[in-house]
Amino acid sequence: MTGGDLGGWEMVVGLEVHCELKTATKLFCGCPNVFGDEPNTNVCPVCLGLPGSLPVLNQQAVELAMAIGTALGCEIRPSTFHRKNYFYPDMPKDYQISQYDEPINVDGHLELPDGSVVGIVRAHLEEDTGKTTHAGGTGRIHGSDYSLVDYNRSGVPLVEIVSAPDIRSAAQARAYAAELRGVLVATGASDGRMEEGSMRVDANVSVRRGPDAPFGTRCEIKNLNSLRSLARAVEYEARRQIEVLESGGTVAQQTRHWDEDAGRTVTLRSKEEATDYRYFLEPDLVPVVPDAQWITAVADTLGMLPAARRARLVDLLRADGGAGGAGAAPTAAQQDQIATVVDLGLDDLVVGTVAAGVAAPLTLARAANEAATEPELARGLDPVAFAALLGMEESGSLSATQVKSVLAELMRSGGDPAAIAAAKGFEALAEDTLVATVAELVAAHPDEWQRFCDGDDKLAGFFTGQVMKATQGKANGKAVAAELRRLRG
Amino acid sequence: MPGRYSISRDDVAHVAMLARLELSDAELDTYTDQLGAVLDHAADVAALDLAGVPPTSHALALANVLRPDEPRPCLDRAEVLASAPAVEDDRFRVPSIMGEAP
Repeated sequence: MTGGDLGGWEMVVGLEVHCELKTATKLFCGCPNVFGDEPNTNVCPVCLGLPGSLPVLNQQAVELAMAIGTALGCEIRPSTFHRKNYFYPDMPKDYQISQYDEPINVDGHLELPDGSVVGIVRAHLEEDTGKTTHAGGTGRIHGSDYSLVDYNRSGVPLVEIVSAPDIRSAAQARAYAAELRGVLVATGASDGRMEEGSMRVDANVSVRRGPDAPFGTRCEIKNLNSLRSLARAVEYEARRQIEVLESGGTVAQQTRHWDEDAGRTVTLRSKEEATDYRYFLEPDLVPVVPDAQWITAVADTLGMLPAARRARLVDLLRADGGAGGAGAAPTAAQQDQIATVVDLGLDDLVVGTVAAGVAAPLTLARAANEAATEPELARGLDPVAFAALLGMEESGSLSATQVKSVLAELMRSGGDPAAIAAAKGFEALAEDTLVATVAELVAAHPDEWQRFCDGDDKLAGFFTGQVMKATQGKANGKAVAAELRRLRG
Repeated sequence: MPGRYSISRDDVAHVAMLARLELSDAELDTYTDQLGAVLDHAADVAALDLAGVPPTSHALALANVLRPDEPRPCLDRAEVLASAPAVEDDRFRVPSIMGEAP
Protein backbone atom coordinates (compact mmCIF):
# COMPACT_ATOMS: atom_id res chain seq x y z
CA MET A 1 0.00 0.00 0.00
CA THR A 2 1.21 3.48 -0.87
CA GLY A 3 0.24 5.09 2.40
CA GLY A 4 1.47 8.14 4.15
CA ASP A 5 2.14 11.71 3.24
CA LEU A 6 -0.64 13.61 1.48
CA GLY A 7 1.29 16.90 1.24
CA GLY A 8 -0.50 18.79 4.02
CA TRP A 9 -3.90 17.30 3.27
CA GLU A 10 -5.79 14.98 5.59
CA MET A 11 -8.17 12.28 4.44
CA VAL A 12 -11.45 11.78 6.30
CA VAL A 13 -13.05 8.37 5.93
CA GLY A 14 -16.23 6.80 7.23
CA LEU A 15 -17.15 3.21 6.41
CA GLU A 16 -20.53 1.58 5.88
CA VAL A 17 -20.31 -2.16 6.37
CA HIS A 18 -23.16 -4.44 5.29
CA CYS A 19 -23.07 -7.72 7.16
CA GLU A 20 -25.28 -10.64 6.07
CA LEU A 21 -26.60 -12.33 9.20
CA LYS A 22 -26.02 -16.04 9.65
CA THR A 23 -29.67 -16.97 10.15
CA ALA A 24 -31.43 -20.08 8.87
CA THR A 25 -34.09 -18.01 7.10
CA LYS A 26 -34.62 -14.59 5.55
CA LEU A 27 -35.56 -11.43 7.46
CA PHE A 28 -39.28 -11.38 6.69
CA CYS A 29 -40.09 -14.87 5.39
CA GLY A 30 -39.18 -18.51 5.99
CA CYS A 31 -37.12 -18.98 2.82
CA PRO A 32 -33.69 -20.49 3.52
CA ASN A 33 -30.79 -18.02 3.79
CA VAL A 34 -28.14 -19.99 1.90
CA PHE A 35 -25.30 -18.74 -0.31
CA GLY A 36 -24.70 -20.46 -3.64
CA ASP A 37 -27.98 -22.37 -4.13
CA GLU A 38 -29.53 -22.78 -7.57
CA PRO A 39 -30.98 -19.41 -8.70
CA ASN A 40 -34.55 -18.55 -7.70
CA THR A 41 -35.07 -21.67 -5.61
CA ASN A 42 -35.24 -19.90 -2.21
CA VAL A 43 -38.13 -17.61 -3.00
CA CYS A 44 -41.73 -17.15 -1.87
CA PRO A 45 -44.50 -14.56 -2.30
CA VAL A 46 -42.98 -12.32 0.41
CA CYS A 47 -39.47 -12.01 -1.02
CA LEU A 48 -40.80 -11.85 -4.59
CA GLY A 49 -43.05 -8.95 -3.61
CA LEU A 50 -46.21 -10.68 -4.80
CA PRO A 51 -49.48 -8.85 -4.04
CA GLY A 52 -51.08 -9.67 -0.70
CA SER A 53 -47.99 -11.11 0.93
CA LEU A 54 -47.02 -9.83 4.38
CA PRO A 55 -43.62 -9.70 6.12
CA VAL A 56 -43.10 -11.27 9.57
CA LEU A 57 -39.86 -10.39 11.39
CA ASN A 58 -37.27 -13.08 12.16
CA GLN A 59 -36.50 -13.17 15.90
CA GLN A 60 -32.99 -14.57 15.40
CA ALA A 61 -32.10 -11.69 13.06
CA VAL A 62 -33.21 -9.19 15.69
CA GLU A 63 -31.14 -10.94 18.35
CA LEU A 64 -28.03 -11.07 16.16
CA ALA A 65 -28.45 -7.33 15.49
CA MET A 66 -28.67 -6.78 19.25
CA ALA A 67 -25.56 -8.92 19.75
CA ILE A 68 -23.66 -6.75 17.24
CA GLY A 69 -24.89 -3.62 19.02
CA THR A 70 -23.78 -4.99 22.37
CA ALA A 71 -20.34 -5.94 21.03
CA LEU A 72 -19.92 -2.41 19.61
CA GLY A 73 -20.97 -0.73 22.85
CA CYS A 74 -24.13 0.69 21.28
CA GLU A 75 -27.28 1.82 22.99
CA ILE A 76 -29.99 -0.69 21.98
CA ARG A 77 -33.21 1.22 21.36
CA PRO A 78 -36.84 0.75 20.39
CA SER A 79 -36.88 0.73 16.60
CA THR A 80 -39.17 0.84 13.57
CA PHE A 81 -38.99 -0.14 9.91
CA HIS A 82 -39.43 2.09 6.85
CA ARG A 83 -39.93 1.53 3.16
CA LYS A 84 -37.13 2.95 1.03
CA ASN A 85 -38.74 3.42 -2.38
CA TYR A 86 -36.77 3.05 -5.60
CA PHE A 87 -37.15 1.38 -8.95
CA TYR A 88 -34.55 -1.21 -9.70
CA PRO A 89 -35.12 -4.85 -10.61
CA ASP A 90 -33.06 -6.19 -7.67
CA MET A 91 -36.02 -5.32 -5.41
CA PRO A 92 -39.26 -6.77 -6.78
CA LYS A 93 -41.41 -4.82 -4.29
CA ASP A 94 -39.92 -1.54 -5.62
CA TYR A 95 -38.94 -0.73 -2.05
CA GLN A 96 -36.45 -2.06 0.45
CA ILE A 97 -37.51 -2.48 4.08
CA SER A 98 -34.89 -0.80 6.24
CA GLN A 99 -34.57 1.00 9.54
CA TYR A 100 -34.45 4.76 9.05
CA ASP A 101 -34.79 7.35 11.82
CA GLU A 102 -35.20 4.83 14.65
CA PRO A 103 -32.45 2.19 14.22
CA ILE A 104 -32.05 -0.61 16.76
CA ASN A 105 -28.43 0.29 17.68
CA VAL A 106 -26.92 3.77 18.01
CA ASP A 107 -23.85 5.50 19.38
CA GLY A 108 -21.18 2.82 19.85
CA HIS A 109 -17.47 2.53 19.20
CA LEU A 110 -14.81 0.09 18.07
CA GLU A 111 -11.30 0.11 19.50
CA LEU A 112 -8.62 -0.97 17.02
CA PRO A 113 -5.51 -3.02 17.92
CA ASP A 114 -3.35 0.14 17.74
CA GLY A 115 -5.50 1.73 20.46
CA SER A 116 -7.35 4.19 18.20
CA VAL A 117 -11.12 4.37 18.58
CA VAL A 118 -13.64 4.73 15.74
CA GLY A 119 -17.16 5.86 16.60
CA ILE A 120 -20.18 3.83 15.47
CA VAL A 121 -23.09 6.06 14.50
CA ARG A 122 -25.64 3.28 14.08
CA ALA A 123 -26.04 -0.41 13.26
CA HIS A 124 -29.47 -1.08 11.80
CA LEU A 125 -31.43 -3.98 10.32
CA GLU A 126 -32.46 -4.13 6.68
CA GLU A 127 -33.13 -6.67 3.95
CA ASP A 128 -30.65 -7.53 1.20
CA THR A 129 -31.54 -7.18 -2.48
CA GLY A 130 -31.59 -9.81 -5.22
CA LYS A 131 -28.47 -10.46 -7.25
CA THR A 132 -28.30 -8.94 -10.72
CA THR A 133 -25.91 -10.18 -13.38
CA HIS A 134 -25.29 -7.80 -16.26
CA ALA A 135 -25.24 -9.63 -19.56
CA GLY A 136 -24.35 -8.76 -23.10
CA GLY A 137 -22.30 -5.73 -24.15
CA THR A 138 -19.17 -5.34 -22.04
CA GLY A 139 -20.48 -7.49 -19.19
CA ARG A 140 -20.23 -4.43 -16.94
CA ILE A 141 -23.05 -2.26 -15.71
CA HIS A 142 -22.51 0.37 -18.37
CA GLY A 143 -23.05 -0.92 -21.87
CA SER A 144 -24.85 -4.12 -20.90
CA ASP A 145 -27.85 -5.12 -23.00
CA TYR A 146 -29.92 -6.67 -20.23
CA SER A 147 -29.69 -8.05 -16.72
CA LEU A 148 -30.52 -11.39 -15.13
CA VAL A 149 -31.93 -11.46 -11.62
CA ASP A 150 -31.74 -14.17 -8.95
CA TYR A 151 -33.95 -13.44 -5.93
CA ASN A 152 -32.41 -16.00 -3.55
CA ARG A 153 -30.64 -13.13 -1.78
CA SER A 154 -33.71 -10.89 -1.79
CA GLY A 155 -34.78 -10.47 1.84
CA VAL A 156 -31.67 -11.95 3.43
CA PRO A 157 -31.11 -10.14 6.76
CA LEU A 158 -28.40 -7.50 6.88
CA VAL A 159 -27.03 -5.27 9.57
CA GLU A 160 -25.57 -2.04 8.19
CA ILE A 161 -22.89 -0.64 10.48
CA VAL A 162 -22.14 3.04 9.88
CA SER A 163 -18.93 4.43 11.36
CA ALA A 164 -18.33 8.04 12.28
CA PRO A 165 -15.93 9.90 9.94
CA ASP A 166 -13.13 9.14 12.39
CA ILE A 167 -10.76 7.26 10.06
CA ARG A 168 -7.69 9.17 8.86
CA SER A 169 -5.64 6.75 6.73
CA ALA A 170 -6.02 3.81 4.37
CA ALA A 171 -4.23 1.59 6.90
CA GLN A 172 -6.69 2.60 9.62
CA ALA A 173 -9.63 1.92 7.28
CA ARG A 174 -8.28 -1.54 6.68
CA ALA A 175 -7.63 -2.14 10.39
CA TYR A 176 -11.19 -1.03 11.22
CA ALA A 177 -12.74 -3.39 8.68
CA ALA A 178 -10.53 -6.27 9.86
CA GLU A 179 -11.37 -5.67 13.53
CA LEU A 180 -15.08 -5.29 12.75
CA ARG A 181 -14.98 -8.56 10.82
CA GLY A 182 -13.43 -10.24 13.87
CA VAL A 183 -16.20 -8.84 16.07
CA LEU A 184 -18.95 -9.95 13.66
CA VAL A 185 -17.54 -13.47 13.55
CA ALA A 186 -17.13 -13.57 17.33
CA THR A 187 -20.78 -12.60 17.90
CA GLY A 188 -21.86 -15.45 15.66
CA ALA A 189 -23.66 -12.91 13.44
CA SER A 190 -21.52 -13.45 10.34
CA ASP A 191 -19.02 -15.74 8.69
CA GLY A 192 -17.13 -12.58 7.61
CA ARG A 193 -16.50 -13.82 4.08
CA MET A 194 -15.89 -10.74 1.96
CA GLU A 195 -15.26 -12.84 -1.14
CA GLU A 196 -18.79 -14.31 -0.91
CA GLY A 197 -20.27 -10.89 -0.23
CA SER A 198 -21.39 -11.71 3.30
CA MET A 199 -19.47 -8.62 4.45
CA ARG A 200 -19.53 -5.66 2.04
CA VAL A 201 -17.80 -2.36 2.60
CA ASP A 202 -18.57 1.08 1.15
CA ALA A 203 -16.20 3.95 1.94
CA ASN A 204 -17.10 7.63 2.23
CA VAL A 205 -13.94 9.59 1.46
CA SER A 206 -13.21 13.31 1.60
CA VAL A 207 -10.11 15.42 2.10
CA ARG A 208 -9.37 18.66 3.93
CA ARG A 209 -6.42 20.91 4.64
CA GLY A 210 -5.38 19.65 8.05
CA PRO A 211 -7.24 18.44 11.16
CA ASP A 212 -8.94 21.77 11.96
CA ALA A 213 -10.37 22.50 8.51
CA PRO A 214 -14.07 21.81 7.80
CA PHE A 215 -14.93 18.52 6.12
CA GLY A 216 -14.73 18.48 2.31
CA THR A 217 -17.31 17.10 -0.13
CA ARG A 218 -17.33 13.32 0.06
CA CYS A 219 -17.55 10.55 -2.49
CA GLU A 220 -18.91 7.10 -1.75
CA ILE A 221 -16.81 4.21 -3.09
CA LYS A 222 -18.52 0.90 -3.83
CA ASN A 223 -17.35 -2.54 -4.96
CA LEU A 224 -14.69 -3.05 -2.28
CA ASN A 225 -14.45 -6.83 -2.18
CA SER A 226 -11.39 -7.29 0.00
CA LEU A 227 -9.46 -5.50 2.72
CA ARG A 228 -6.74 -4.87 0.16
CA SER A 229 -9.20 -3.27 -2.27
CA LEU A 230 -10.53 -1.09 0.56
CA ALA A 231 -7.08 0.25 1.43
CA ARG A 232 -6.09 0.80 -2.20
CA ALA A 233 -9.38 2.49 -3.12
CA VAL A 234 -9.35 4.86 -0.13
CA GLU A 235 -5.77 5.90 -0.87
CA TYR A 236 -6.50 6.36 -4.57
CA GLU A 237 -9.68 8.35 -3.97
CA ALA A 238 -8.07 10.72 -1.44
CA ARG A 239 -5.23 11.44 -3.88
CA ARG A 240 -7.71 11.90 -6.76
CA GLN A 241 -9.65 14.50 -4.76
CA ILE A 242 -6.46 16.31 -3.72
CA GLU A 243 -5.42 16.50 -7.36
CA VAL A 244 -8.82 17.93 -8.34
CA LEU A 245 -8.66 20.56 -5.58
CA GLU A 246 -5.03 21.50 -6.18
CA SER A 247 -5.75 22.08 -9.86
CA GLY A 248 -8.48 24.53 -8.87
CA GLY A 249 -11.48 22.23 -9.32
CA THR A 250 -14.20 21.16 -6.92
CA VAL A 251 -15.09 17.64 -5.78
CA ALA A 252 -18.57 16.62 -6.89
CA GLN A 253 -20.60 14.47 -4.46
CA GLN A 254 -20.75 11.16 -6.30
CA THR A 255 -21.01 7.45 -5.97
CA ARG A 256 -17.90 5.89 -7.49
CA HIS A 257 -17.04 2.32 -8.40
CA TRP A 258 -13.65 0.78 -7.54
CA ASP A 259 -12.06 -0.94 -10.53
CA GLU A 260 -9.63 -3.39 -8.95
CA ASP A 261 -7.83 -4.26 -12.19
CA ALA A 262 -7.35 -0.65 -13.26
CA GLY A 263 -6.58 0.45 -9.68
CA ARG A 264 -8.87 3.47 -9.84
CA THR A 265 -12.37 4.71 -9.02
CA VAL A 266 -14.83 5.68 -11.75
CA THR A 267 -18.01 7.68 -11.41
CA LEU A 268 -21.30 5.75 -11.25
CA ARG A 269 -23.89 8.46 -10.66
CA SER A 270 -24.55 11.65 -8.79
CA LYS A 271 -25.90 11.12 -5.30
CA GLU A 272 -29.66 11.32 -5.07
CA GLU A 273 -31.07 13.31 -2.19
CA ALA A 274 -32.20 11.14 0.72
CA THR A 275 -35.75 12.50 0.40
CA ASP A 276 -36.01 11.06 -3.10
CA TYR A 277 -36.41 7.62 -1.55
CA ARG A 278 -39.73 8.76 -0.05
CA TYR A 279 -39.12 6.86 3.18
CA PHE A 280 -42.28 6.11 5.09
CA LEU A 281 -43.11 3.81 7.96
CA GLU A 282 -43.68 0.20 6.90
CA PRO A 283 -47.36 -0.29 7.81
CA ASP A 284 -47.04 -4.10 7.80
CA LEU A 285 -44.49 -4.24 10.64
CA VAL A 286 -44.84 -3.12 14.23
CA PRO A 287 -42.00 -1.65 16.35
CA VAL A 288 -39.31 -3.75 18.00
CA VAL A 289 -38.99 -2.74 21.65
CA PRO A 290 -36.27 -4.69 23.47
CA ASP A 291 -36.59 -4.57 27.25
CA ALA A 292 -33.66 -4.82 29.66
CA GLN A 293 -34.23 -8.51 30.27
CA TRP A 294 -34.10 -9.35 26.55
CA ILE A 295 -30.99 -7.19 26.04
CA THR A 296 -29.23 -8.93 28.95
CA ALA A 297 -30.20 -12.38 27.69
CA VAL A 298 -28.65 -11.61 24.30
CA ALA A 299 -25.54 -10.09 25.89
CA ASP A 300 -25.06 -13.28 27.93
CA THR A 301 -24.76 -15.33 24.73
CA LEU A 302 -21.85 -13.23 23.44
CA GLY A 303 -18.55 -15.01 23.04
CA MET A 304 -15.20 -13.40 23.84
CA LEU A 305 -14.44 -10.52 21.47
CA PRO A 306 -11.12 -10.27 19.58
CA ALA A 307 -9.76 -7.46 21.79
CA ALA A 308 -10.32 -9.56 24.93
CA ARG A 309 -8.83 -12.62 23.24
CA ARG A 310 -5.69 -10.68 22.30
CA ALA A 311 -5.44 -9.34 25.86
CA ARG A 312 -5.65 -12.90 27.19
CA LEU A 313 -2.60 -13.90 25.11
CA VAL A 314 -0.68 -10.78 26.16
CA ASP A 315 -1.39 -11.74 29.77
CA LEU A 316 -0.07 -15.27 29.14
CA LEU A 317 3.17 -13.84 27.73
CA ARG A 318 3.56 -11.40 30.60
CA ALA A 319 2.99 -14.13 33.17
CA ASP A 320 5.47 -16.39 31.41
CA GLY A 321 8.21 -13.83 31.17
CA GLY A 322 9.72 -14.94 27.90
CA ALA A 323 12.66 -13.09 26.42
CA GLY A 324 11.90 -9.78 28.11
CA GLY A 325 11.40 -11.26 31.58
CA ALA A 326 8.17 -11.46 33.58
CA GLY A 327 5.82 -8.54 33.00
CA ALA A 328 7.51 -7.42 29.79
CA ALA A 329 5.32 -6.20 26.93
CA PRO A 330 5.16 -8.45 23.84
CA THR A 331 7.64 -7.70 21.08
CA ALA A 332 6.37 -6.44 17.72
CA ALA A 333 6.84 -9.94 16.30
CA GLN A 334 4.80 -11.39 19.16
CA GLN A 335 2.05 -8.82 18.59
CA ASP A 336 1.83 -9.99 14.99
CA GLN A 337 1.73 -13.60 16.19
CA ILE A 338 -1.08 -12.74 18.61
CA ALA A 339 -3.07 -11.04 15.84
CA THR A 340 -2.62 -14.06 13.57
CA VAL A 341 -3.58 -16.55 16.26
CA VAL A 342 -6.75 -14.62 17.23
CA ASP A 343 -7.70 -14.01 13.60
CA LEU A 344 -7.44 -17.73 12.80
CA GLY A 345 -9.18 -18.82 16.00
CA LEU A 346 -6.14 -20.63 17.42
CA ASP A 347 -6.10 -18.79 20.74
CA ASP A 348 -7.86 -21.55 22.66
CA LEU A 349 -5.17 -23.93 21.39
CA VAL A 350 -2.43 -21.62 22.69
CA VAL A 351 -4.11 -21.19 26.06
CA GLY A 352 -4.64 -24.94 26.44
CA THR A 353 -1.06 -25.74 25.41
CA VAL A 354 0.43 -23.24 27.85
CA ALA A 355 -1.84 -24.63 30.57
CA ALA A 356 -0.33 -28.04 29.81
CA GLY A 357 3.08 -26.67 30.73
CA VAL A 358 4.76 -25.31 27.57
CA ALA A 359 6.37 -21.85 27.60
CA ALA A 360 4.05 -19.17 26.17
CA PRO A 361 6.51 -17.60 23.68
CA LEU A 362 7.34 -20.96 22.06
CA THR A 363 3.66 -21.99 21.96
CA LEU A 364 2.63 -18.68 20.41
CA ALA A 365 5.40 -18.81 17.81
CA ARG A 366 4.65 -22.40 16.78
CA ALA A 367 0.89 -21.70 16.64
CA ALA A 368 1.27 -18.52 14.57
CA ASN A 369 4.04 -19.70 12.26
CA GLU A 370 3.63 -23.47 11.90
CA ALA A 371 0.12 -24.51 12.98
CA ALA A 372 -1.33 -21.46 11.19
CA THR A 373 -0.33 -22.83 7.79
CA GLU A 374 -3.31 -25.20 8.10
CA PRO A 375 -5.78 -23.25 10.25
CA GLU A 376 -8.71 -25.63 9.71
CA LEU A 377 -6.62 -28.58 10.91
CA ALA A 378 -4.93 -26.56 13.63
CA ARG A 379 -8.28 -25.64 15.22
CA GLY A 380 -8.86 -29.37 15.72
CA LEU A 381 -5.49 -29.96 17.41
CA ASP A 382 -5.60 -31.45 20.90
CA PRO A 383 -3.73 -28.99 23.16
CA VAL A 384 -2.33 -31.88 25.20
CA ALA A 385 -0.78 -33.50 22.10
CA PHE A 386 0.50 -30.11 20.88
CA ALA A 387 2.02 -29.55 24.35
CA ALA A 388 3.67 -32.99 24.28
CA LEU A 389 5.23 -32.15 20.89
CA LEU A 390 6.50 -28.73 21.95
CA GLY A 391 7.76 -30.30 25.18
CA MET A 392 10.04 -32.50 23.06
CA GLU A 393 11.37 -29.36 21.39
CA GLU A 394 11.92 -27.67 24.75
CA SER A 395 13.79 -30.66 26.14
CA GLY A 396 15.96 -30.85 23.04
CA SER A 397 14.87 -34.31 21.97
CA LEU A 398 13.45 -32.88 18.69
CA SER A 399 14.87 -30.09 16.55
CA ALA A 400 12.66 -27.26 15.30
CA THR A 401 12.72 -28.78 11.80
CA GLN A 402 11.61 -32.15 13.15
CA VAL A 403 8.84 -30.51 15.16
CA LYS A 404 7.41 -28.98 11.96
CA SER A 405 7.40 -32.36 10.28
CA VAL A 406 5.73 -34.12 13.23
CA LEU A 407 3.21 -31.27 13.57
CA ALA A 408 2.11 -31.60 9.95
CA GLU A 409 1.42 -35.30 10.54
CA LEU A 410 -0.25 -34.67 13.91
CA MET A 411 -2.63 -32.10 12.37
CA ARG A 412 -3.58 -34.41 9.51
CA SER A 413 -3.96 -37.68 11.36
CA GLY A 414 -3.81 -37.05 15.11
CA GLY A 415 -2.09 -39.59 17.32
CA ASP A 416 0.82 -39.52 19.74
CA PRO A 417 3.59 -37.05 18.82
CA ALA A 418 6.29 -39.28 20.32
CA ALA A 419 5.11 -42.23 18.22
CA ILE A 420 4.99 -40.07 15.07
CA ALA A 421 8.53 -38.83 15.77
CA ALA A 422 9.76 -42.41 16.30
CA ALA A 423 8.06 -43.58 13.09
CA LYS A 424 9.84 -40.82 11.18
CA GLY A 425 13.14 -41.92 12.68
CA PHE A 426 13.45 -38.69 14.62
CA GLU A 427 15.29 -40.15 17.55
CA ALA A 428 17.17 -37.61 19.51
CA LEU A 429 20.77 -37.46 18.49
CA ALA A 430 22.78 -39.22 21.18
CA GLU A 431 24.91 -36.76 23.08
CA ASP A 432 28.19 -38.49 22.21
CA THR A 433 27.25 -38.40 18.47
CA LEU A 434 26.60 -34.70 18.73
CA VAL A 435 29.90 -34.07 20.53
CA ALA A 436 31.76 -36.13 17.93
CA THR A 437 30.08 -34.37 15.01
CA VAL A 438 30.87 -30.93 16.38
CA ALA A 439 34.52 -31.95 16.95
CA GLU A 440 34.85 -33.26 13.38
CA LEU A 441 33.43 -30.07 11.87
CA VAL A 442 35.62 -27.84 14.04
CA ALA A 443 38.64 -29.77 12.78
CA ALA A 444 37.44 -29.50 9.18
CA HIS A 445 37.05 -25.69 9.33
CA PRO A 446 40.08 -24.32 11.22
CA ASP A 447 39.79 -20.76 9.87
CA GLU A 448 36.16 -20.39 10.89
CA TRP A 449 36.92 -21.94 14.27
CA GLN A 450 39.72 -19.44 14.86
CA ARG A 451 37.41 -16.52 14.07
CA PHE A 452 34.80 -17.94 16.44
CA CYS A 453 37.45 -18.27 19.16
CA ASP A 454 38.47 -14.66 18.46
CA GLY A 455 34.97 -13.61 19.45
CA ASP A 456 33.04 -13.55 16.16
CA ASP A 457 29.84 -15.12 17.51
CA LYS A 458 28.22 -15.13 14.08
CA LEU A 459 30.32 -18.19 13.30
CA ALA A 460 28.19 -20.15 15.80
CA GLY A 461 25.46 -20.05 13.17
CA PHE A 462 27.85 -21.39 10.55
CA PHE A 463 28.83 -24.37 12.72
CA THR A 464 25.22 -25.05 13.73
CA GLY A 465 24.27 -25.12 10.05
CA GLN A 466 27.09 -27.56 9.31
CA VAL A 467 26.03 -29.83 12.17
CA MET A 468 22.39 -29.75 10.99
CA LYS A 469 23.49 -30.69 7.50
CA ALA A 470 25.64 -33.53 8.78
CA THR A 471 22.84 -34.89 11.00
CA GLN A 472 19.91 -34.28 8.60
CA GLY A 473 18.39 -31.79 11.02
CA LYS A 474 18.33 -34.17 13.98
CA ALA A 475 20.65 -32.11 16.13
CA ASN A 476 19.19 -29.67 18.63
CA GLY A 477 20.38 -26.14 17.89
CA LYS A 478 20.66 -25.18 21.51
CA ALA A 479 22.72 -28.27 22.33
CA VAL A 480 25.07 -27.51 19.42
CA ALA A 481 25.52 -23.92 20.62
CA ALA A 482 26.26 -25.16 24.13
CA GLU A 483 28.84 -27.64 22.86
CA LEU A 484 30.54 -24.91 20.74
CA ARG A 485 30.78 -22.61 23.75
CA ARG A 486 32.17 -25.48 25.84
CA LEU A 487 34.88 -26.23 23.28
CA ARG A 488 35.87 -22.59 23.02
CA GLY A 489 36.21 -22.55 26.78
CA MET B 1 -60.00 25.49 -0.88
CA PRO B 2 -56.29 25.28 0.02
CA GLY B 3 -55.68 24.41 3.66
CA ARG B 4 -52.61 24.77 5.82
CA TYR B 5 -50.94 21.65 4.41
CA SER B 6 -51.91 22.09 0.77
CA ILE B 7 -49.54 20.78 -1.83
CA SER B 8 -48.15 22.73 -4.78
CA ARG B 9 -48.42 21.69 -8.41
CA ASP B 10 -44.60 21.44 -8.49
CA ASP B 11 -44.66 19.07 -5.52
CA VAL B 12 -47.11 16.83 -7.33
CA ALA B 13 -44.99 16.91 -10.51
CA HIS B 14 -41.91 15.97 -8.44
CA VAL B 15 -43.66 13.08 -6.68
CA ALA B 16 -45.01 11.86 -10.02
CA MET B 17 -41.49 11.90 -11.46
CA LEU B 18 -40.19 9.88 -8.48
CA ALA B 19 -42.99 7.37 -9.03
CA ARG B 20 -42.17 7.30 -12.77
CA LEU B 21 -45.67 8.52 -13.64
CA GLU B 22 -46.13 10.65 -16.73
CA LEU B 23 -48.96 13.09 -16.03
CA SER B 24 -50.62 15.48 -18.44
CA ASP B 25 -51.19 19.11 -17.41
CA ALA B 26 -54.86 18.35 -16.79
CA GLU B 27 -53.96 15.34 -14.63
CA LEU B 28 -51.49 17.44 -12.65
CA ASP B 29 -54.27 19.92 -11.86
CA THR B 30 -56.64 17.13 -10.84
CA TYR B 31 -54.14 15.40 -8.55
CA THR B 32 -52.98 18.68 -7.02
CA ASP B 33 -56.58 19.34 -5.98
CA GLN B 34 -57.19 15.78 -4.77
CA LEU B 35 -53.95 15.42 -2.83
CA GLY B 36 -54.51 18.86 -1.32
CA ALA B 37 -57.90 17.69 -0.06
CA VAL B 38 -56.31 14.61 1.52
CA LEU B 39 -53.73 16.73 3.30
CA ASP B 40 -56.40 19.16 4.46
CA HIS B 41 -58.26 16.24 5.97
CA ALA B 42 -55.10 15.13 7.80
CA ALA B 43 -54.65 18.72 8.97
CA ASP B 44 -57.85 18.37 11.00
CA VAL B 45 -55.80 16.36 13.49
CA ALA B 46 -53.63 19.40 14.10
CA ALA B 47 -56.66 21.20 15.47
CA LEU B 48 -56.94 18.71 18.34
CA ASP B 49 -55.26 19.15 21.70
CA LEU B 50 -52.71 16.33 21.65
CA ALA B 51 -50.53 17.42 24.54
CA GLY B 52 -49.61 14.30 26.49
CA VAL B 53 -50.36 11.91 23.62
CA PRO B 54 -47.12 10.15 22.66
CA PRO B 55 -46.28 9.91 18.94
CA THR B 56 -47.27 6.60 17.46
CA SER B 57 -45.85 4.80 14.45
CA HIS B 58 -48.67 2.34 14.05
CA ALA B 59 -52.42 1.94 14.39
CA LEU B 60 -51.93 -1.36 16.24
CA ALA B 61 -50.81 -1.17 19.87
CA LEU B 62 -48.38 -4.05 19.35
CA ALA B 63 -44.60 -4.52 19.50
CA ASN B 64 -42.19 -7.41 19.00
CA VAL B 65 -44.28 -9.49 16.63
CA LEU B 66 -41.70 -12.11 15.71
CA ARG B 67 -41.43 -15.53 14.13
CA PRO B 68 -38.96 -18.31 14.94
CA ASP B 69 -35.99 -18.70 12.56
CA GLU B 70 -37.36 -21.87 10.97
CA PRO B 71 -37.38 -22.61 7.21
CA ARG B 72 -40.70 -22.86 5.38
CA PRO B 73 -41.35 -24.37 1.95
CA CYS B 74 -40.50 -22.16 -1.04
CA LEU B 75 -42.32 -21.79 -4.33
CA ASP B 76 -41.59 -24.10 -7.23
CA ARG B 77 -39.11 -22.38 -9.53
CA ALA B 78 -40.79 -23.40 -12.76
CA GLU B 79 -44.04 -21.92 -11.47
CA VAL B 80 -42.32 -18.71 -10.40
CA LEU B 81 -40.48 -18.22 -13.67
CA ALA B 82 -43.58 -19.06 -15.71
CA SER B 83 -45.12 -15.73 -14.70
CA ALA B 84 -42.06 -13.72 -15.78
CA PRO B 85 -42.11 -11.91 -19.14
CA ALA B 86 -38.60 -13.16 -19.95
CA VAL B 87 -36.31 -15.80 -18.45
CA GLU B 88 -32.71 -16.83 -19.12
CA ASP B 89 -30.51 -19.30 -17.17
CA ASP B 90 -33.26 -19.76 -14.55
CA ARG B 91 -33.13 -16.03 -13.82
CA PHE B 92 -35.51 -13.18 -14.53
CA ARG B 93 -34.37 -11.34 -17.63
CA VAL B 94 -34.93 -7.60 -17.31
CA PRO B 95 -33.99 -4.54 -19.38
CA SER B 96 -30.60 -3.12 -18.47
CA ILE B 97 -30.74 -0.06 -16.28
CA MET B 98 -28.01 2.53 -16.28
CA GLY B 99 -26.42 3.13 -12.91
CA GLU B 100 -26.40 0.81 -9.96
CA ALA B 101 -28.98 0.17 -7.29
CA PRO B 102 -28.85 2.60 -4.35
